[in-house]
Amino acid sequence: MTTQTLTLAKALGAGLRRAMTDDPTVMVLGEDIGRLGGVYRVTDGLQAEFGPRRVVDTPLAESGILGTAVGLAYRGYRPVVEIQFDGFVYVAFDQIVSQLAKMHARTRGAVKLPVTIRIPVAGGIGAAEHHSESPEAYFVHTAGLRVVSVSNPQDASTVLRQAIACDDPVVFFEPKRLYHVKGEVDPGLPLDDAPPMGTARVVSPGDDVTLVTFGSHVATALDAATAASDEGVSIEVIDLRSLSPIDHDTIAASVRRTGRLVVLHEGPRQAGVGAEIATSVTERCFDFLEAPPVRVTGYDIPYPPAKLEGNQVPDLDRVLVGVDRVLGRSPASSAPAGAEVGA
Amino acid sequence: MPSTMGSTSRDDLSRAGGARAETASGTTDGTTAGSTNGGTTAGTAPPGDVPVRLLDEKGVRHPDPGLDRWLTDVDAGTDDARGALLALYEDMVVARRIDAEATALQRQGELALWPPLQGQEAAQVGSAAALRDDDFVFSSYREHAVARRRGVASVDLLRVWRGVTASGWDPYAVGMATPQVIIGAQALHGVGYALGIQADVERGVVAPGEGGTAAVVAYVGDGAMSQGDVNEAFVFAATWQVPLVLFCQNNQWAISEPVALQSAVPLVRRAWGFGVPGVRVDGNDVLAVLAVTREALHRARTGGGPTFVEAVTYRMGPHTTADDPTRYRDASELDVWAERDPIARLAAYLRAGGLLTGDDEVRVRAAADAVAAELRAGVVAIEDPPPLSVFDHVYAEPHPTVAAERAEHAAYLAGFADTGTTTTGTTTTDTTTSGEGADR
Ligand SMILES: Cc1ncc(C[n+]2csc(CCOP(=O)(O)OP(=O)(O)O)c2C)c(N)n1
Ligand SMILES: [Mg+2]
Repeated sequence: MTTQTLTLAKALGAGLRRAMTDDPTVMVLGEDIGRLGGVYRVTDGLQAEFGPRRVVDTPLAESGILGTAVGLAYRGYRPVVEIQFDGFVYVAFDQIVSQLAKMHARTRGAVKLPVTIRIPVAGGIGAAEHHSESPEAYFVHTAGLRVVSVSNPQDASTVLRQAIACDDPVVFFEPKRLYHVKGEVDPGLPLDDAPPMGTARVVSPGDDVTLVTFGSHVATALDAATAASDEGVSIEVIDLRSLSPIDHDTIAASVRRTGRLVVLHEGPRQAGVGAEIATSVTERCFDFLEAPPVRVTGYDIPYPPAKLEGNQVPDLDRVLVGVDRVLGRSPASSAPAGAEVGA
Repeated sequence: MPSTMGSTSRDDLSRAGGARAETASGTTDGTTAGSTNGGTTAGTAPPGDVPVRLLDEKGVRHPDPGLDRWLTDVDAGTDDARGALLALYEDMVVARRIDAEATALQRQGELALWPPLQGQEAAQVGSAAALRDDDFVFSSYREHAVARRRGVASVDLLRVWRGVTASGWDPYAVGMATPQVIIGAQALHGVGYALGIQADVERGVVAPGEGGTAAVVAYVGDGAMSQGDVNEAFVFAATWQVPLVLFCQNNQWAISEPVALQSAVPLVRRAWGFGVPGVRVDGNDVLAVLAVTREALHRARTGGGPTFVEAVTYRMGPHTTADDPTRYRDASELDVWAERDPIARLAAYLRAGGLLTGDDEVRVRAAADAVAAELRAGVVAIEDPPPLSVFDHVYAEPHPTVAAERAEHAAYLAGFADTGTTTTGTTTTDTTTSGEGADR
């Protein structure tokens, strides 16, 4: 095993390169991914290495890209498509939800569509409108899709390879805030040695509060754990890694010990991933809970302009207020709705 | 010549003669195909607007040097040629008989719904007859005659419409995807599949056959021509020059909307704007459809890229068995199109040439009746699938959520079996597994 220090963007590129080397049916498609290497340079150098037939600049039409990927997979290929930004995936919604996700069931298992959809996701980067969305709930709600989000360069590389190898379609979220974050990566890590794609990971053990999150907010959660420990509160941080399926067993095992749950994500609260986790924990762990689960999330508003995005994206303080509330320390905990976590 | 403004899209077949659109060999470009604004100021239709036709409404065969070369097998005057013509005729008659039987089955409550194809037999049989086994078809929901020609058993055509399964056949076994209800989505699947054929050939995993590579036919309707997916399919197919034939059955209607509502110009002209050669064919002339599709497939197989075919035809029946066309179209329209009936037209041609005897007609009718009887028996014998099959195939690989929900529903159903009750709520409490210990 040989590790290198790579940014998350480079780790993704290394994962793609490896997948393409291992399997000649892997093709990469998207807008500006060839000569330019993608707007985040994830596919940098791939077209030079594998040729324009396997690293394909497509016309500028997302439904067209996804529909083409469905047809390629029908023919036996493993397309990896890049959606340039989160806010542009809606244009391809039918091809993802009615075609890609359902085709295996619609053909009674005859047609497998191993398509991976890479989507740079979420905000906090001062971007223009439609460039900071967190659309994961739409896809988590869709039977037939698997949905993952990565929080570190090693996962970026290995989970991407696992997604490509998976016979189901996978929506693969890449938090934009993390593209330049560096970490130790073994690009050739045997996939069997990596944790399975559908599993969560306890990234920091603790006893008092279970804090579940994913993507770039794993870092926020770890900061919160450090801050809380100064006050004698021990937080267990879980990186969900997979948003569909959700690894309910890992979460429930933790909550049964801590008795308290905080879920943290940037996407809107209503019917979001946090709602699913809070409900499931309540159903499974009701007798173990010391307090109602708390959601620290983006609000149910259109993603705000860059200068205001700090009001939408949960930061360390908002997480700590949520932790206080689950510990019964915050006045907000007596609010009737119990939902608002103000900064 | 009438101005094309009023009748461009609802095309006027009375204008069609033995004329032939210039298409195949690149002789017609966007300029000569017609003006770009849909009006033909000179008062004559652009050549590409006149549907290609070989058999007129009386069944008289008109020679066409450009197209005849694609029909040497059926024109040869040999026993084999006669056999091939009779096979086309039989397929069309059987398709109409299946259609009638399915409509009756729906009326009798044996099918939930049926989208009839009556009137479109030539467009479907003629185009499907041009296909090779290694070709692949993506269709919408009305291409029953195409599916049958691909080898789908007639009872399998009806399974989906009985509401007992998501899919009546294995796409890879017959080289045809199962029906697509989302209008236009399949056009892009055709592009992707064709791109895959191209990639296979380049990688050397598939050798081109004698007549070139495999190709794809994607069927769309006139209404589908307004969908973004179909327009994107044109763009993508043209960019990559994939081996694809986009085959539009312009049956004049999209439920209640006439084709004039979808397009201000004949649909065929759209193709040229995308850089795709287009040909407009009389869709009720099985020989012209066969020739035009063969030519388009030949271009696809030999690196010439995609072709658009607009087959001008007519949906003689309702949109589906749930539709009432009297609310939106005049009965006299049907009379006009009955004169152009695709089956009667081929029969007239064959009879005139002594190729269809009375005995043949009796035999074909008997064959159609036999298929219908077999179909009816097969359909009523289809049993409802087991309830838990709703959880099958949601994912290709194991999935804990689906597994847990399957177990939950199994326990729920088992509760009814234990108590003998069917609807009371008392059984639900002890059968749900969503609490402690469920792996969801
Ligand atoms: C995306 C989408 N919108 C609407 C419908 C409802 N719908 C079903 S068939 C149809 C008309 C389609 O007309 P056309 O493309 O001409 O095909 P035809 O039915 O004539 O074969 C419509 C509107 C649908 N199935 N999918
Ligand atoms: Mg129509």
